[in-house]
Parts: sequence; C-alpha cells; structure tokens
Amino acid sequence: MSPLSILLDGLPVPFEDHQTIMDAALAAGIYIPHLCHHPEFEPQGSCKLCTVKANGRYVSACTMPARDGMEVENNSPDLNDKRRTLLQMLFVEGNHFCPSCEQSGNCMLQALAYELEMLSPHFDQFYPNRPLDASHAEVLLDFNRCILCELCVRASRDVDGKSVFALSGRGIGKHLIVNAESGRLADSNFALSDKAAQVCPVGVIIEKRRGFAVPIGERRYDVEPISVQAERLRPRRAGEEC
Amino acid sequence: MDALPGRGKLRIATATLAGCFGCHMSLLDIDERLFELLERVDFDRSPLTDIKRCGPCDIGLIEGGICNAENVHVLREFRRNCKLLIAVGACAVNGGLPAQRNHLDLGLCLQEVYLTAPGVVGGQIPNDPELPLPLDKVHPIHEIVRVDYFIPGCPPSGEALWKFLSDLLDGRTPRLGHPLLHFD
Repeated sequence: MSPLSILLDGLPVPFEDHQTIMDAALAAGIYIPHLCHHPEFEPQGSCKLCTVKANGRYVSACTMPARDGMEVENNSPDLNDKRRTLLQMLFVEGNHFCPSCEQSGNCMLQALAYELEMLSPHFDQFYPNRPLDASHAEVLLDFNRCILCELCVRASRDVDGKSVFALSGRGIGKHLIVNAESGRLADSNFALSDKAAQVCPVGVIIEKRRGFAVPIGERRYDVEPISVQAERLRPRRAGEEC
Repeated sequence: MDALPGRGKLRIATATLAGCFGCHMSLLDIDERLFELLERVDFDRSPLTDIKRCGPCDIGLIEGGICNAENVHVLREFRRNCKLLIAVGACAVNGGLPAQRNHLDLGLCLQEVYLTAPGVVGGQIPNDPELPLPLDKVHPIHEIVRVDYFIPGCPPSGEALWKFLSDLLDGRTPRLGHPLLHFD
C-alpha cells in the first residue's frame, strides 16, 4: 500500500494515521501560521490563524485529521488576508504596545504580523483596562497582551497538574484568571519552573529581571522570520543537504 | 507617482502630532540620501521648514496620534491637502505611548499632575484659551481620517523610511519586508 499523503498547496505531504493537517505540515517543515497550537499539547482550534481550505472547506489545520488525497490550500492570498484580519482583531482587542513589551522580538503574535505584513490595526482600538499582577516574586502577569490561546491553561492543567490558570467570562468579556482566592499569582502554587511559565506565545507571563538580557534587534524573530524558522526546523531526510 | 500639475517635483508635508519627533529624527537618519530626496521633492509644511500651513501636496507624513483638538485640526488640514496620507510610527498607527493613558480618567490625571502631586503648592489646571483642549482618549489617526499607507515602528528606521519613500517616488507599491517591518 502506498503511504498516506495530503496535497498541501499542490505538494504531496506524507502523514501517519491519526495525524492532523498541522502535524503533517510541521513534520514536513511547511509553515501554517498558528498561535494557540503547540505540538506538545492537545490542539483546541481557538485562534483560527491556522485556517486552511481542505477539499474546498475552511477548517482549522490543528484539529482537522488528515485524509489520504485531501487537497489543502494554505499559503494563498485569500487565506492570508483572512489571517491578517484575525491578527488585526487580536491587536485591537488587547493593548499590544510593542515598543514597551519585554517580549518584543520573541512574540509569536508580532512575528505573525510581520509574516503577514500587517501594517495597521485597521479597526478601532478597544484600549481595555487590564491591571497587571506583579504580586509573584519571579513572574509578572501582563493581561493587556493576552490572546486567550489557553496554552498556559493547558500546560498548568495537563503537565504541571496545578490548574493555576483558566479563562472566565463569555464573548468579549472573556479573560484569563488565576486560581487563588485573592486572584493573585503570588497566592497560587505557581512556580517559575512550571511548564506554564514557558509556553506563553505573547508577553503575558514574563520572568522578572530578564527583560533585556537579549537586546531588541537580536531576538528570535528579529533574526529570521517565523516561517523561515519553521522550515529550518524540518527534520532532514537521509542524504539531503542542510 | 505623478507630481501635482504644473510642478516638476513632488511636494511633501510632514507633521508631528501626539508624538516625540523620533520619526522625524529617523527621517534625518537617511543621511546623505537626504540630498537625493531633496532633488526629487520639495517640502511644504514641516518642522524642517517651519511653514505653518499645509498647501496642496502629493504626500503627507503624519507622526504621532491624536491627543487634543489641535491634532484633529492639523490632521484634517493634511487630509484635505495631501493626495497620499501616510501614518508614520507606532503613535500614528495605534496610539503608541501617549495612548497608554487611555485607561485613566483624564480629569483625575490633570488633578493629580497640577493639584495634588507631592510638592505642588497653589497649583491650577491650565485653562488658557490658547491651549488646545485634550481629548479624553488618544486615538490613532486612521480613527479620524482615511489613511493611505502605514509605516509602523518606534520609530521606523531611516532604512525603512527610505525604502518606503523611494518605492513610492519610483512608482512601485511600497513594501517593507523582513527586517525593515518592525513594531518596536
């Protein structure tokens, strides 16, 4: 029997049973933009940045199981326009003031905005009022930048076994909360060594006293665009030149 | 792009609204290419010329967001007169640093700064009629007028400004790729 494969932007990409479109693309080093997906966690398909067209239908690549012969459209002007609009909505919903953010240059939201050439927020800014939580000795929480990806929720629950974080509220009122009676991180059992401290794709969970250890201009996505890094991380086949 | 009828050179106006002049400093960072720019354009209203009113122009560059009534007035004057209006820098694009006051009550801010701050004795909130009234929130310029192009960055580098302007002057669609497109 020939190996299973999907046609991703016309290229045959192999996959194994039970893999999603995203799994197959990541293994092949083909970049599908995403924010809430992380290969170490159960996919949830909430950010919609990874929306692709599979056999003519819009689906989330991170949750859609790959099927043999499935035709998937990924890097097209139509999809990238929609992704850019999603990014613009994320940017205006929070307070994403990059020049003062310690995560600038290491931020996936910003890197995706560069990748998709998002030049303006387009929509009216919400400017929500979201106070910081600086109570913890080692970690600062800046809720202004939260994009509700739930990676910290999943990491704390599934890896750390602590369930320090959760989302509360509905619709535009939805927000990240901390599992402590006071609501303060210092009063939870969160620790800097937790997996949840490592997975924030933006600048919400910030380790204190590390802000400018690497100067602006030399950070991860300053050096190389996010799509180039994804391609570089592709596992090389035997005999292939690096 | 084509110059205004009857003129050989393109005409550019620039202004700083609620900004820090950093983007104008960045424009000066194009260094000796300023000579090339000046061979191709004339400057109308700008902090560089000290001309106070904007006449008909091809390109208007706006640095800074909108924090008071005068900013609104100047921005509308630019929009009326400029064929292309360009938001330059973080403040014009999304409000930037001045917009960090947006979650605070303006009246309480003024009270704290001018009346109740430590060391203030006999203070008063400035009320000279010549002072433009502050807006309750700072806004990016596209929330007030139509904007044709955006150049993000705090500030955009001289290289980014030069790439953008030279694309435009040569008739190409301006485009900032990696690493010129930056939000910080």
